[in-house]
Amino acid sequence: MIAHVRRKTIFAFLGPAVAALLLVGIAPLLYAVWKSLHDFNLTKQAQTKFVGLENYWTVLTDPTFWQAMGRTATLFLISVPIQLALGLLIAIVLHRPGLTLFKTLTRLSLVLPMATTYAVVGLLAQVMLNQKYGVVNQMLGWIGIDPINFIGDPTNAFIAVIIWDIWQWTPFVALVLLAGLSTVPPEIEEAAQLETKSQWLVFRFVQLPFLIPSLVAVLILRTADTLKLFDMPFTMTRGGPGSATEFIAVLIERVGNRQFDIGLASAQAIIMLAITIFLARLYIRFFYREVN
Amino acid sequence: MAAPLQRRALWAEGLLLIAICAFCIFPFYWMVTTSLKTQVVALQDPPAWIFTPTLANYWEVLFEDRVGVSLINSIIVAVCTTALAVILGTPAAYALARFEFRGKQDLWFWFITNRFVSPVVLAFPVFLISRELGLRDTHLALILMYLTFTLPIVIWICTDQFRSIPRELDEAAVLEGASKWRIFRSICLPLAMPGVAVSSILSFIFSWNELLFAYILAPKAAKTAPAMAITFMEGYDVPYGKIMATSTLIVIPVLIFALIASKHLVRGLTMGAVK
Repeated sequence: MIAHVRRKTIFAFLGPAVAALLLVGIAPLLYAVWKSLHDFNLTKQAQTKFVGLENYWTVLTDPTFWQAMGRTATLFLISVPIQLALGLLIAIVLHRPGLTLFKTLTRLSLVLPMATTYAVVGLLAQVMLNQKYGVVNQMLGWIGIDPINFIGDPTNAFIAVIIWDIWQWTPFVALVLLAGLSTVPPEIEEAAQLETKSQWLVFRFVQLPFLIPSLVAVLILRTADTLKLFDMPFTMTRGGPGSATEFIAVLIERVGNRQFDIGLASAQAIIMLAITIFLARLYIRFFYREVN
Repeated sequence: MAAPLQRRALWAEGLLLIAICAFCIFPFYWMVTTSLKTQVVALQDPPAWIFTPTLANYWEVLFEDRVGVSLINSIIVAVCTTALAVILGTPAAYALARFEFRGKQDLWFWFITNRFVSPVVLAFPVFLISRELGLRDTHLALILMYLTFTLPIVIWICTDQFRSIPRELDEAAVLEGASKWRIFRSICLPLAMPGVAVSSILSFIFSWNELLFAYILAPKAAKTAPAMAITFMEGYDVPYGKIMATSTLIVIPVLIFALIASKHLVRGLTMGAVK
């Protein structure tokens, strides 16, 4: 009976949301595709002309673009495994019984980094990592390490981005994996604990299979978010020094907003979007198979 | 033999937990203490741990540097976009949870995919369009653009919530002769309030934190607090105390909301991949 719903009713319920997302999500996208087919620079608008796929060709053969993609991939490949390892450790500790109050407090403090305004993380990084006045260098001094020029040196700046990415997103990974661990039926876990003393065997054969969905979710969400990463490196280093921390979103922002070459920036953005959508589809195939 | 070993393991676990908490919280501690330092104290080498705190930075940023105005802008934008997302999103979520129609799966996919679209893809076309329409540097432009992430969150979380409400309630109401809209409005929506609350808090947090759209679309009058905070970095003499005071003002509301919704924050960030 409920299944019979008139088309008009469905339209009334869904129409406004669909229209809104078409307006703010799809229309600008189509406009970006249109602009990406033009030689369009804000400072030379009079010389705008249709150039077809030329911008795409420029982007695909542009070492700057691929270097930024490479940096983004490097960041992902270094920081995500560390986040997974630390996050798994934290999740397993939190999942064990005992010290309940302590664990509740830890869980609450884990929520803080990932909710923090990303731009503020970049500002905090600047203040704490300063070579002379920064508290991190002071602490390194206590264990006998000379002050490090985090922001001014290309390699160190990259390391600094990795450190702050780990600070902000390890808690996220830990909490996602903790939620995954709580899907393991307690009877099975207890039975396994009686069978063997080895924590590793329990983890490998009892807990890990239940963690697979969470692990895949973490991997793909971290991929998407690394491709989106803009606020933190932008506020910390503006992509510098040189282009050491110019990740893909920072590069696109620079080309469009600071070089005013919106045609080219649009082409870069569309190519990045294609990569993202490919990954999103992969993700959806894993998780959103069934509706109802 | 077993008891001391177990106690030692417990100690190790306790220490590890303290280390995790310290790792998470220390940057906030440093942010707040730096915000209470004068520029002279903030530039001490080595950094000062004990000093006489002052609220001068807060006073200055709020009333002299327009941070107060930018915080109000942030509140206006985050509240309006959240309200709009709830108004548009809850009926859509109800339809996805209750009605059967062709293309439902695809529509669902499309809503969720927005989680993956980088704002940098939309920022420039929207910049050009808003300039044409005279919407540049207005709250409205930001409110509308933030729907790209607030609306999917409301739809996702509320669809889940509506599904958990027994269908028998709807069926009974149909027998009473209630219209679909009436059932949604008077029966299901009140029962779905927990989901509406959670998704509102998450939309608020994500809108409040957003920087890229704000930075490109609202350079002056409608400038939001994160965009304001980064302007302090320009220039030679970086005012550390003021930057940290602004950061503290920005971060405190989101942290409070995050703690309130702590159980659901992960769900919001994963768009439901994890319950």
